[in-house]
Amino acid sequence: MASLARRRATDLVVKAISTGFAALSIVLLAWILWTLISRGLPALGPQVFTNVMAPPGGNGGLLNAIVGSLLQIVVALVIGTPIGLMCGTFLAENGRGTRIAGTVRFINDVLLSAPSILIGLFVYQILVVPFGGFSGWAGSIALAILIVPVVVRTTEDMLNLVPIGLREAAFALGAPQWKVVTLVTWRAARAGIVTGVLLALARAAGETAPLLFTSLGNNGWSLDMSRPMASLPIAIYQYAASPFEDWVALAWAGALLITVGVLTLNILSRLFLAKMK
Amino acid sequence: MAHMDATLGASPSGQLAHKPTGRISDPIFVGLLWASGLFVLVLLGLIIAMLFHGGLPALKEFGAAFLWSTSWNPVTEKFGAGVMVFGTLFSAIIAVIVALPLSFGIAFFLTEIAPMKLRRPIGVAVQLLAAIPSIIYGMWGFFIVVPLIAAYIQPPLIEWLGPLPVIGALFQGPPLGAGMLTAGLILALMILPFITAMFVEVLESVPPMIKESAYGVGATTYEVYRNVSVPYGRTAMVGAVMLGLGRALGETMAVTFVIGNATRMSASLFAPGSTIASTIANEFPEAPMGSLKLQALLQLGFILFVISFIVLALSRLLVRSKLKS
Repeated sequence: MASLARRRATDLVVKAISTGFAALSIVLLAWILWTLISRGLPALGPQVFTNVMAPPGGNGGLLNAIVGSLLQIVVALVIGTPIGLMCGTFLAENGRGTRIAGTVRFINDVLLSAPSILIGLFVYQILVVPFGGFSGWAGSIALAILIVPVVVRTTEDMLNLVPIGLREAAFALGAPQWKVVTLVTWRAARAGIVTGVLLALARAAGETAPLLFTSLGNNGWSLDMSRPMASLPIAIYQYAASPFEDWVALAWAGALLITVGVLTLNILSRLFLAKMK
Repeated sequence: MAHMDATLGASPSGQLAHKPTGRISDPIFVGLLWASGLFVLVLLGLIIAMLFHGGLPALKEFGAAFLWSTSWNPVTEKFGAGVMVFGTLFSAIIAVIVALPLSFGIAFFLTEIAPMKLRRPIGVAVQLLAAIPSIIYGMWGFFIVVPLIAAYIQPPLIEWLGPLPVIGALFQGPPLGAGMLTAGLILALMILPFITAMFVEVLESVPPMIKESAYGVGATTYEVYRNVSVPYGRTAMVGAVMLGLGRALGETMAVTFVIGNATRMSASLFAPGSTIASTIANEFPEAPMGSLKLQALLQLGFILFVISFIVLALSRLLVRSKLKS
């Protein structure tokens, strides 16, 4: 065995390197945020929120992309949240300990990390091809499919924290299961369920790849969900890769908006979770 | 809910277990719960089936050789997945090789070194890296990292390591900035929080008793980490790495910005390449509905789904086997 001095030295060196790695990750995070602020903030004028996308040099904004994103995300939440909530409840209540629940949980975990671009291709195959065109609906469905696994996961985790005694007390009063679940279990796990929805929202807000094949993007103003619809991530993708300076600047402004939104949602959900536990 | 029914059924007033107020509403509710549970299974089946079905014509046209053929020529309509499969695996493996030591270090820092008060905020900051959308990594990579790598990292490496035998092949070509290495580095940063979070979770589950025994015989903090904690959580930690790998395989937007999008095969770390996901994102706009190219892209998607499914499933099995025991 090496001498004590040598072992102590190794210990110190490894600790220093590990601390350095942790510092490096924080520095990289700060660097990304700084890049977004320094390039996005100067471009973030009022026209970003009041004007729709325009040709280069046309003093365009991102209004249609912001509204399109919000619309698609809201519809995705309306579709995805109930399914995720019910599935998570199934895993925590009816299926607990059964083989089928184990399989569902396993598949859900795989879907949670599955490449989002493939969800886009899937929705392209089942909605865009048969109905003959890209649409806001297709975009929403793709986002909803991405939302479901997030909500399932958090719902199950949170319901598992609710004490069995609470449910038994409700059953003992003669309540049917739907009342026990909706009025007792869900209510007890409310903060946790909200966390899941916020996390899902954060995930849906930044997704770009699945929208490429579903809602496609739209340079004009449109609220028609059955037609191609603009979205912030797609607008950023289109503008960032362009050779026009004002478009690139707008892309940075949009990138700053999305990142601030997503990080805020993330931190909010952590606060909710801290309250729950 | 089986145990609950059993509790109620065993009581003398077992009649109440039939819950008179829920005679109609309960079966509907429970039916909905089951339907949502099964929905997830059906969804996965449908995704696999639709991607395979959509890509079938391409598979029929090119046969099994589609899997390894390295030609991708939209003009002559000759398509093969070889270059993209290689690029997907190459960039993801670079990402894991870079992210792994970092994760080991950060997890060590977060579980053993950092003062208690700092652990949570620093842990959250690392986790925020996972929240930043892929496209933001892409822009940052494209506008900031690529020029830096082209100016400061690649020229000296090409000059010093390029002429060496064998490993020199990894460091050849013009210093473009965009390429496999850059994609791997950005991916490493993106999967780092996932691997680190699971490492921390596993390390925190190590019973204090066995760590204390090691400290008791005079081991240093690092020796306990290396010889006690990490071996204890080994299986789950391999699972965590697989999760990182699975995430890196399917990452799209960030890679599309920084990999250079060339459909040629090259062993060099600096050569531009493409992954399955980046190819789909890039070429889709020029692949009209019903074209052979679109079918080839769908088949690529199917291959990516199979690869990531296997990796992610393995990851789950490894992580769960540990948590159960």
